[in-house]
Amino acid sequence: MSQVTFIERDGTRRIVEVVSGESLMQAGTRAGVDGIIGECGGSCMCATCHVYLTDEDFARLDPPDAMEQDALEFTASNQRPTSRLGCQVKLSSATDGLTITVAEA
Amino acid sequence: MQRGVVIIGAGHGGSQVGFSLRQEGYDGPIHLVSDEPDLPYHKPPLSKAYLKDASQDVQILRAEKAYADARIELALGRKAQAVDRQARAIRFTDGATLPYDRLVIATGATNRKLALTGCDLAGLHSIRTRADAAYLREAMDAASDIAVIGGGFIGLEAAATFALLGKSVTVIEVAPSILGRAVSPVVAAHVDAEYRKLGIRVLTAMGLERLEGEAGCMRAIRLTDGTSVAADLVLVGIGATPNDALAREAGLTCDNGIVVDATLATSDPTIFAIGDVANFPHSQAGRRVRLESVQNASDQAKHVAKTIMGKAEDYRETPWFWSDQGPMKLQMAGLSFGADRHVRSGAPDDPAFSVYHYAGDRLLAVDSVNRPGDHMVARRLIAAGISPSEADLGEGPERLKSLIGR
Repeated sequence: MSQVTFIERDGTRRIVEVVSGESLMQAGTRAGVDGIIGECGGSCMCATCHVYLTDEDFARLDPPDAMEQDALEFTASNQRPTSRLGCQVKLSSATDGLTITVAEA
Repeated sequence: MQRGVVIIGAGHGGSQVGFSLRQEGYDGPIHLVSDEPDLPYHKPPLSKAYLKDASQDVQILRAEKAYADARIELALGRKAQAVDRQARAIRFTDGATLPYDRLVIATGATNRKLALTGCDLAGLHSIRTRADAAYLREAMDAASDIAVIGGGFIGLEAAATFALLGKSVTVIEVAPSILGRAVSPVVAAHVDAEYRKLGIRVLTAMGLERLEGEAGCMRAIRLTDGTSVAADLVLVGIGATPNDALAREAGLTCDNGIVVDATLATSDPTIFAIGDVANFPHSQAGRRVRLESVQNASDQAKHVAKTIMGKAEDYRETPWFWSDQGPMKLQMAGLSFGADRHVRSGAPDDPAFSVYHYAGDRLLAVDSVNRPGDHMVARRLIAAGISPSEADLGEGPERLKSLIGR
């Protein structure tokens, strides 16, 4: 069983059990994490699943591809060096223990 | 007592309204009414990811908890039958009523039906709801020859999915080209060629004579040129019509959807319409449009919440669309009505490219094929009213980014 921790904008910590193969965005919306919207359903189009990772977690994952980088650059507000779009981060046993902060609106 | 806001329809738009109202500080009751029994879900994956994988459930828009946290009362599986504008209440098919201070109609659209001999045969499908897609997914297993009637986004997305699953697929389009009303001819021709490479037969400028069957089951489609196409399953994707009957019967002005002003108010100032069902004046296009897209529904939901809270401004979001077509990601920004010049970027044989639509020197819209970066920049250019020259396009993405200050 693999878990991730979401930190909502008001500081609330939410531990979510993940289904292998789903995305961070899917896990977040399924669990009702505040601020994870996923308006486009995971097509890397809307940046409403923008999150920040810790430096260690960011380095642990495959880096964002060009499409995700463009979406982050042009549609997400408050982009940081460890920004990711939740819909592009696939979860598995290898991602157990990620700590994810919902990006500022 | 405060009656609150009632929202009819729980697609992308309807589901968003309540959350946006709370964000705007609305504190009264909110009711979200849907004639479907399911928790509101994403519709775009129904023709792709959901269809492909029988183990996949629909992807919900939000958890049930999110509605509870936002104090949005869900009325699922309940059909609104009438709007009583005098009493300011909606009436359900079971006779119950629900009063409102403000009503938002987000009833979406219904797939156009084929009117042809043989339409009563088993094996005729369309995709709009979870139920439609579940029925199709189940029937698909046993089918070997699938015909798709209509070369629009949904039909073609499904065609690519069928081909991927090893089905023999034929797309039949009455117009001279697939995607004729949706994208530029260059993009349409590219998609057509790519689909043929996937082994999909694409018949354009082709009329339908009748559907033919045996023992009540679909077997073939007879075409107007006298030939026929074997088909044990037929998917119809020939567009949609707005679900405006409720509004029409309530005496609201309707014309290809519910007519709203730029603040999204109908001819009754206490009633609003958003999304696929709303016919609204588009600032950039300079004409009325009715758009069927996730972006339009979501952005109008956010806008109508502001209007209801007394912050009435004109809706002027730049429209964008996307369609995942097999190996191709099609992305469209802006509206190309009235374009008189079309410029393709990149090398002529590059399978990833964008087409820029201009009216004179003004950029109206951009269609991109596997060029997500172009699309993102295009959305910003069009929203800001910046029109790159042909020389700018020739210089490439970095030049375009610099025009929006990147």
